Amino acid sequence: MSNYQLPEDFYYTKDHEWAQVDENIVTIGITEFAQEQLGEIVYLDLPEEGAKYSQGESFGVIESVKAASDLYAPVSGTVIEVNQSLAEDPSGLNDDPMNTGWLIRIEMETEKELANIMRAADYRKLIAK
Amino acid sequence: MTTSSTPLKTPLAAEHEARGARMVDFAGWWMPVQYRGLKEEHVSCRTGVGLFDVSHMGEFRVRGPKSLETLQWVTTNDVSKLAAGEAHYSLFPNEDGGIVDDLIVYCIKPGEEYLLCVNAANIEKDFAFVKANNRGADLVNESSDWGQIAVQGPKALTLLDRLFAGNGNSDVKPSEMKAFTHKAFAWGGTTVILARTGYTGEVGAEVFVPASKTVQLWRELLEKGADLGTEPIGLGARDTLRTEMKYSLYGHEIDDTTNPYEAGLGWVVKPQAKDFLGKAKILAGKEKVTRKLIGFELTERGIPRQGYALLSPAGETIGICTSGTMSPSTGASIGIGYVKTEFSANGSEIAVDIRGKAVKAKVRPTPFVETSLTVKA
Repeated sequence: MSNYQLPEDFYYTKDHEWAQVDENIVTIGITEFAQEQLGEIVYLDLPEEGAKYSQGESFGVIESVKAASDLYAPVSGTVIEVNQSLAEDPSGLNDDPMNTGWLIRIEMETEKELANIMRAADYRKLIAK
Repeated sequence: MTTSSTPLKTPLAAEHEARGARMVDFAGWWMPVQYRGLKEEHVSCRTGVGLFDVSHMGEFRVRGPKSLETLQWVTTNDVSKLAAGEAHYSLFPNEDGGIVDDLIVYCIKPGEEYLLCVNAANIEKDFAFVKANNRGADLVNESSDWGQIAVQGPKALTLLDRLFAGNGNSDVKPSEMKAFTHKAFAWGGTTVILARTGYTGEVGAEVFVPASKTVQLWRELLEKGADLGTEPIGLGARDTLRTEMKYSLYGHEIDDTTNPYEAGLGWVVKPQAKDFLGKAKILAGKEKVTRKLIGFELTERGIPRQGYALLSPAGETIGICTSGTMSPSTGASIGIGYVKTEFSANGSEIAVDIRGKAVKAKVRPTPFVETSLTVKA
């Protein structure tokens, strides 16, 4: 079993996104586990700044050579920044999905929704299954 | 106790796991989908040698004085043309003019003995089909007796010669055999059947080996082929390799409802030569064909996938994508699909409905890449 980096202060979803919360700004990406499962990422469909999503809603699509998977918003909010370097070369996601491979930043509507997603300990259990 | 069915294992399952392959349940079989990375594996097969565990595929033995008559009835190609040591691609037709499966027929002895190789997912369906339409042949499902390793790539014949040259029933080496011929070779205290066939577009062979000797052959191929860049390849790259060649995959390009002519498989249907099951329906269907299987390449960003609608430039639905990927060889987004005949000419402008967006594409000649097989031919 690989040793994935799972920072304790991040939040995680059952769909393998991570969310790093800094006051009301949330940076969103996919976990190393997700990256490994997908394999080489060759295409990314990310939203425009200003787009609004509710918790659990699909905000984009990530594709490996083999398959397409939806990306889901960990919390509700408005997109304020999109990682442009990935749009040009999505392979950066394979190299460093937890840091430079972040996907979007959103302005969170309510921190109450954080109670609906997981902390590192629970996510670790999920992927160990 | 678990109630879910446990996937079947090939003789090589433990080898794959020991090498760190990611294993998945594929059509009821516990198979490696990926070893080091799909792209890397794909390139290994296009530049060196790829080894594929295809032991999950089915093998049926058809014997006896009625073997030819039976095969002429249950397959579409003309089996009477096959001499000993020859093979051909063929189809099992159904009564409604569709396709039960695609297969390869290997002639061991004309009129007396044949070996059929069928898709793993269809073994039971196919055997029941042949049995139900048998015209007196002796049928044996030998699928569990055989392991099968595909050895494919521009350097595959060099590797095969290292293992088998001089061990055949004549002086012919694997590299000197013609495409779609097969031959028995003595190896490791047993006999293997080496067939110059494959599913990657590269030269090479598919080697039928007794199940108990499969691990030994797999290890020897890896060891003796190390300097040639020999690597094990998972099902993921097997699929992208065949897609680049526009080879049909059952369940994608062809199924129970496909007319062979619309799939571009009319070349293995021989209605002038013989009668066969569903012949009248297939020929009637040929007259009514309104769609054609084509290859296309996107001219805008995106990746086509099975099930996506194909559109005319005006936006009306004109067909469906049956397979699609980003070509690991060229980086282009490529697809296979059915379109209305009037959009099937090379250069025709079409579009793919990717999640509600019409992404432009062009019908193009196939295969999508040049390989050791196509360049040589």
